[in-house]
Amino acid sequence: MNTPVIRIRDLSTRFGEVWIHKGLDLAIERGEMVSLVGGSGSGKTTLLRMVVGLLLPDQGDIEIFGEPLFGGGIARERELRQRFGVLFQHGALFSAFSVFDNIAFPLRELKRYDEDAIHDLVMLKLSMVELLPRHGRLMPAELSGGMVKRVALARALALEPELLLLDEPTAGLDPDRSDSFVRLIRMLGEELGLTVMLVTHDLDTLAALSTKVAVLAEQRILAYGSIDEIMHIDHPFIRNFFLSERSVRALQNSGLPAVPN
Amino acid sequence: MSRVSPADLPRREISANLYKSGVRAMPVTALVGFLIGVVLSYLSALQLKQFGADIFIVNIIGLGIVRELGPVLVAILVAGRSGSAMTAQLGVMRVTEEIDALATMGVQRGLRLVFPKVVALIVALPLLVLWSTAIALIGGMVSAQVQLDISYGFFFQTLPRVVPAANLWIGLAKGAVFGMFIALVACHFGLRVRPNTESLSSNTTASVVSAITVVIILDAFFAIATRSIGLPS
Ligand SMILES: Nc1ncnc2c1ncn2[C@@H]1O[C@H](COP(=O)(O)OP(=O)(O)OP(=O)(O)O)[C@@H](O)[C@H]1O
Ligand SMILES: [Mg+2]
Repeated sequence: MNTPVIRIRDLSTRFGEVWIHKGLDLAIERGEMVSLVGGSGSGKTTLLRMVVGLLLPDQGDIEIFGEPLFGGGIARERELRQRFGVLFQHGALFSAFSVFDNIAFPLRELKRYDEDAIHDLVMLKLSMVELLPRHGRLMPAELSGGMVKRVALARALALEPELLLLDEPTAGLDPDRSDSFVRLIRMLGEELGLTVMLVTHDLDTLAALSTKVAVLAEQRILAYGSIDEIMHIDHPFIRNFFLSERSVRALQNSGLPAVPN
Repeated sequence: MSRVSPADLPRREISANLYKSGVRAMPVTALVGFLIGVVLSYLSALQLKQFGADIFIVNIIGLGIVRELGPVLVAILVAGRSGSAMTAQLGVMRVTEEIDALATMGVQRGLRLVFPKVVALIVALPLLVLWSTAIALIGGMVSAQVQLDISYGFFFQTLPRVVPAANLWIGLAKGAVFGMFIALVACHFGLRVRPNTESLSSNTTASVVSAITVVIILDAFFAIATRSIGLPS
């Protein structure tokens, strides 16, 4: 069997007196697109931040591509980090840099390409996220919400990672933009053979993107499986979550505008 | 473990910081330096005239400005100007998750964010000290000429004799040390910012207050450590 791309074992997290995760296990295989869902404050963002090494768990360990995130020297850590890209909820673009320089940043960090090659690569990434070359000159403050996400996605994909992690990729986008962004992620994911882990509240995003769903509840991964499998589990959170999806669908089918919840 | 090759040095950041905290601070340090020179000279002249000790104006202004006032004034101005800007910049980068984004790319924030600021101030502050000291001396010289009728030529000739060169070196060394600590304090508070506006504003305030306090404490240490150097005995 292949090593999973992400393996979380017996992870426990505590903020003060409260345990957010307790004995949480999860293994994500190569090529999966996994949506992490769970109630507000159930620790999804926290889990994602641990997977990318921004927070340390109190107990347990996390391996990416079969390797621990920390240890073994800066060069090794750096190399491992180049194999995954992160899309932050608000983009986290470097506000002092133009769009071009933002996307070029990880490439320049590598010190492997000259400026001509970097220029070509940035233009390629821009077109990949369906932006125009002239957008490269804009500053992050001059971008719309949807464009910020696209630029951030281009930056996350700059080094051709194998794994992409997204926190609420469609939060704050209107339904139209959200749909097209989801389509873009899906297309790129399939084209580039990415493994994807995303946190989402949005059922449309979940339905359109995920091959698997992981439900975070009761401080652990309560269920992990295809949407169909998950929907048939009898648990208060799951029932609530997917019932509201049905009502949204029903509304859509009856021709009324979907009510965002 | 962390090998840093010359190619890794963030030159662009260093020169950007040098420009922002060095070159851009030249007008204000010149203005403040000149005015302090004039005021110090004016007040001293009033006293010296009473004792007929006019020519000692050169000693007072020279020593006071070169050794003490120049470095401390510049340090306080830079702490207020660049220290706060550095803290706010790092703080905003924390709020917008830019620091997290850097971390996930495997960028060492020490090398990328802190180091250029520290280097820039270690270089810029002594140069600003030199600049503002020179202008403060000119201010003092003008005032001495007006008040006590001490000619520029006399001032120029006397200055190197009554203010040994060691004082200038002490002033410049103070500048470098103050610069290093201002940048370190600013970065310390900047990286401590939690992702909210309240934390941003309180850390910026704390940064400036701490930097100025640290400068004054360091100055006291310098005074003790250099008490036998460069002073007429
Ligand atoms: N730095 C922190 N210090 C203390 N508590 C924290 C911290 N970060 C998160 N928490 C707590 O941990 C819990 C999980 O937070 P997290 O942001 O991971 O939730 P989430 O599942 O992403 O929620 P949402 O869906 O609302 O984004 C929350 O109850 C939160 O209050
Ligand atoms: Mg969250």
